[in-house]
Amino acid sequence: MEVPILKQGTVLIATFQAALSDADLNQLRMGLVQQVVKFRSRAVIVDVTAMDVMDSFASRTLREIAHMIRLRGAETVIVGIQPEVAFAMVQLGLTLEDVTTALDLEEGLAYLNEKFKNTH
Amino acid sequence: MAKRNELVKETALNNQVTELSRSEAPSELLRELVAHLRQNRTQLREEWVVRITETRLLTAMTKEEIFAEATSVYDSYVEALETETFEALQAYARNLSERIIPRGVETHEVVGIVLLLRDVLARSLFAKYQNDFKKLNRILDAYEPAANRIANTVAVGFVQERERVIRQQQEAIRELSTPVLQVRERLLILPIIGVIDPQRARQLTEQLLRGIRTNRAKVVVIDITGVAAMDVTVANHLVQTVEASRLLGATVIVTGLSPEIAQTLVTIGVDLGKMNTVGDLQGGIEQAERLLGYKVETLAEPR
Repeated sequence: MEVPILKQGTVLIATFQAALSDADLNQLRMGLVQQVVKFRSRAVIVDVTAMDVMDSFASRTLREIAHMIRLRGAETVIVGIQPEVAFAMVQLGLTLEDVTTALDLEEGLAYLNEKFKNTH
Repeated sequence: MAKRNELVKETALNNQVTELSRSEAPSELLRELVAHLRQNRTQLREEWVVRITETRLLTAMTKEEIFAEATSVYDSYVEALETETFEALQAYARNLSERIIPRGVETHEVVGIVLLLRDVLARSLFAKYQNDFKKLNRILDAYEPAANRIANTVAVGFVQERERVIRQQQEAIRELSTPVLQVRERLLILPIIGVIDPQRARQLTEQLLRGIRTNRAKVVVIDITGVAAMDVTVANHLVQTVEASRLLGATVIVTGLSPEIAQTLVTIGVDLGKMNTVGDLQGGIEQAERLLGYKVETLAEPR
């Protein structure tokens, strides 16, 4: 299932609908990296609330997305990781070290607003 | 050839023995045995109690108590031999354990006294049938398996009772487990007191992560002032909890690390780079307030 990418002001929002295949994840990665420059977005929010399992491929892809987006000049925030998923990820050593995370979409947007407040 | 002859002889002998014992059913022998034990109840019981005191078993109990207990154990024992049912004895063993476990009676003592009784009774059988070796043999054939089963039943009953008590206490500890408290909007504290084992650590983590989600917390203060010691597993678990909280968008501040725990963590080389630590709970809450943008002001001098 393809992940829709929504444009909300200067932010791109990708919401995972359900568990995704590896191909879907790859497609999402390319889509985000292309559109972030196309729309001149300053940030990307990836909402993973619907994911109740996160395997190492998904986790690695999220990290790669964050790094690639940074190279394209924007910032990434991962939001909505479930408590159980978070703990499972940590136990597997998938800690998304240098990626910003937030509780949910609202938090993620609040974080970005705060961050971009002074630069407008 | 000679060996083979011997073998044939031996088999014949064995057959003879089986036939002999078949002529007198074990239950009949048991009945005779029980009658003997009933008859000599006072004396055998006395002897048993003396042996118990001699071997310094059940030191937690007074002499009178031992005697009273011995009487009822003796009677249940004979009854179990007679009826060959062990339910009553099992119930009694459980009941006995319930009474004596809180007084610090050890497993070896309980097993010890039952084995002593077994020994005392066997000796009395030896004395009674010393002139009729064959009969003694058959009596022992009937007695030994039953006696073993009784010893087994009592020991298992005692251990089961013990395990039940342990389970109960574990549950009590689990129920006393740590609350996740909200002290300000978006600020949680998790005061941990007592020993943390891997299971409790896991439970704490689950509770905390769920708490972060339901309270929409941004900062969490984990206070471990009340934790005396921490091993590698638990320390690593703490680090994992901190990381998992970060994945939910919350910052964790750990406070109240005792010198001993600090030493342990440094010695085992836990990566503390990701941990935010402050000396005490007050400092932790102040830091959390700063992170959240709160400013606490005194409006008037305290009276």
